[in-house]
Amino acid sequence: MRPFDYQRAERLEHAAQLAAGEDTMALAGGTNLIDLMKLQVETPQTLVDIGRLSLGEIADDGEGLRIGALASNTATAAHPRVRSDYPVLARAILAGATQQLRNKATTGGNLCQRTRCYYFTNIDQPCNKREPGSGCGAIDGIAKLHAVLGTSPHCIATYPGDMAVALSALDATVEIAGDGHERSVPVREFHLLPGDTPERDNVLEPGEIITSVTLPAPVGGTHIYRKVRERSSYAFALCSVAAVIDMADNRFTRADLAFGGLAHKPWHDPRIADLLIGSEPSAALFDKAADLLLEDAQGYGENDFKIPLARRTLTAVLCEATGVEA
Amino acid sequence: MPITINDTPHDLPDDPRVSLLDFLRSHAGLTGTKKGCDHGQCGACTVLVNGVRINSCLSLAVTHDGDEVTTIEGLGSPVSPSEMQMAFLRHDGFQCGYCTPGQICSATAMLKEIAAGWPSDATEDLEASPQLTGEEIRERMSGNLCRCGAYANIVAAIRDVAGESA
Repeated sequence: MRPFDYQRAERLEHAAQLAAGEDTMALAGGTNLIDLMKLQVETPQTLVDIGRLSLGEIADDGEGLRIGALASNTATAAHPRVRSDYPVLARAILAGATQQLRNKATTGGNLCQRTRCYYFTNIDQPCNKREPGSGCGAIDGIAKLHAVLGTSPHCIATYPGDMAVALSALDATVEIAGDGHERSVPVREFHLLPGDTPERDNVLEPGEIITSVTLPAPVGGTHIYRKVRERSSYAFALCSVAAVIDMADNRFTRADLAFGGLAHKPWHDPRIADLLIGSEPSAALFDKAADLLLEDAQGYGENDFKIPLARRTLTAVLCEATGVEA
Repeated sequence: MPITINDTPHDLPDDPRVSLLDFLRSHAGLTGTKKGCDHGQCGACTVLVNGVRINSCLSLAVTHDGDEVTTIEGLGSPVSPSEMQMAFLRHDGFQCGYCTPGQICSATAMLKEIAAGWPSDATEDLEASPQLTGEEIRERMSGNLCRCGAYANIVAAIRDVAGESA
């Protein structure tokens, strides 16, 4: 690990000031950042420890729920209101990592975790995300984990997390504080596609810190998080679907869907809800939904399987939610 | 504030790069905690911080001032082993033994987590109290690898401590 200057932030304003410094990163749970520092993928000159700030509370905010940026993944998944009103979120968190990691990992850190692309985490390989302009090793290389939606000629990495996929289905909002300002960003707009700037994972500007995530009022319905991975525990998603589905008179009244493992961000396509809402569930309808999801999908050889896998995972989720036989 | 390890206070290191794992082994002289992958994938470095299990390899020692850390040496000793240590012996829950301190720290904390009602990916009803089934134990212990493959006996040891027949 490269040497760095360690600073402890005692207050949020102090943290934002410190984090605005050049070559400075904020440290919360550290389960991803410290690993990347060991690999010298991240080499900050200054590390601002925000872990002792009072941002760990999970509280009612009148209608929905406000989850503090420093609430551990464990605390969020075990919270009674998350379990009863937002089970898709509890399921998504519990499907990721291990208990040791979830005990340490935080809400804000989970949103900011970086891709597990093998080229990104190996400093001997080219990677436009780690070193802009150096090229992408994955496009013509080992690309099993990689994206099939929203890729660019510069980067085909995926966003690796589960929690944010559920937050996208729930249409949650990320609350952000900077030096002297605050702003709210829908989680669906928080992560970016790689485009020409794959080094940017999300909309955070230098010095900005996530303070909480807010969930809208509970909407009921059937909550499903289905994750397909290479072993039954402790593996990243090849494909995942977060779904909040509701029906009335055998027609969809709600179909909030988000997808993990397919893109540089949790994937949300509003056309799918537009197609499903008002319609009677059927295998033919689900096929059309998958057509919409995947109409621009592009494989890179090793990850070609993700395109039919995403179709089948979406179909399985919709069948489970509606009782239709595949 | 110092860090407290197994009820003994220690001064934190000057170099902020020192992981909690390296601090335990090299500075505090407590070599029971093992370094396996050093990247949070194997669980050999599992310790309890304020009663909660974490991977000590992915935590900087300087961030732990005021914290209470329990390592395998704090759970029991050769003359006075903990119930979980005895169960691992009784059920042969290891072969080479390298992952064992992490397994035992993890298992000890895991039983408290179930008692506290924390759900896991294997919990069928999120709103009910989780039960200590084999599936729950395997899921909750998935952060501790054993390359000798003593898993079946580890599960038996844990069930034994929890008061269920192996």
